[in-house]
Amino acid sequence: MALDITQKYCKGCGICVAFCPKKILALDEKGKIYVTDPNKCIACGQCELRCPDFAIKLVKPGKGDSNG
Amino acid sequence: MAGIEKYLRQSALPHIWCPGCGNGILLAAILRAIDKLGLDQKKTVVVSGIGCSSRASGYMNFNTVHTAHGRALTFATGIKLAKPELNVIVLTGDGDSTAIGGNHFIHAARRNVDLTTVIFNNNIYGMTGGQYSPLTPMDAKATTAPFGHIERSFDIAALAIAAGATYVARGTAFHAQLLTDLVVKGIENKGFSVIDAITQCPISYGRKNKMGSAADMLAWQRDKAVMVQAVSKMKPEDLEGKFVIGELYRSVAPEYTAEYDKLIARVSKKGGK
Repeated sequence: MALDITQKYCKGCGICVAFCPKKILALDEKGKIYVTDPNKCIACGQCELRCPDFAIKLVKPGKGDSNG
Repeated sequence: MAGIEKYLRQSALPHIWCPGCGNGILLAAILRAIDKLGLDQKKTVVVSGIGCSSRASGYMNFNTVHTAHGRALTFATGIKLAKPELNVIVLTGDGDSTAIGGNHFIHAARRNVDLTTVIFNNNIYGMTGGQYSPLTPMDAKATTAPFGHIERSFDIAALAIAAGATYVARGTAFHAQLLTDLVVKGIENKGFSVIDAITQCPISYGRKNKMGSAADMLAWQRDKAVMVQAVSKMKPEDLEGKFVIGELYRSVAPEYTAEYDKLIARVSKKGGK
């Protein structure tokens, strides 16, 4: 899992869904973001970069929490 | 948000901005710039005015001052003069900085005070209900311009350069990584730095102007922005309807607080005469 998602911060704007190059982000029935297929994530960070709500954090594989 | 969590007041999140508002993207880009420079949180002051943009200071884990409408630069000038060793960052909006704060803006630029000002430019007064600002484009709609805006808008960069700013750049929420780099350079500049940060207001501006979703508005920024390096290779007609992003201007001029210190030293030597 490369993405650490804080759903309570998500406002369901859909920016990450639109810009995910692998199209693996979607909004659930509550309008919150989730990853449809974690195995397809390429950890590009486009979602984290443009999430206006600090709801997505990219965790580099093998390094644990990238925040140290 | 890797690496920037420590700069956020987690207890204040989620923030107040509307779904899809670009202000959070700009805030993250600014925090990444602060992280890159490794600024000491205790020696960094964030000063904001009034408006959607200026709520940013409340989420930032630094010494922060949320001031009066249009007056962020006056407070920031005072803070920098009192303690020139502090890093002072000003966060303001297009209305806050160029309408009610317009005079402070040009004079802070003229004085070349060592401040970094990031203008969250969403082309509208979002917080108060979508009234037009000095950055609302001609022909665009606002609640106070229901039939289309008949005024020309300011070019913040040209205004800042003419007034004397020594570092001027423009970025967008879409080009968030570039924006981080521009803010880094702005903070590094010893003088008045202005970064015009174009952001989307999907609620008050986007709806009124039928610009689609927040993602559509980000795509608009992507499609309309031209990197400054590419401008010389383009014909004027190709630049029609586009805007230029990147580092637009840089110069060297005496910095206000340094000049003030020199004056104090000079006058003190003469015994105050």
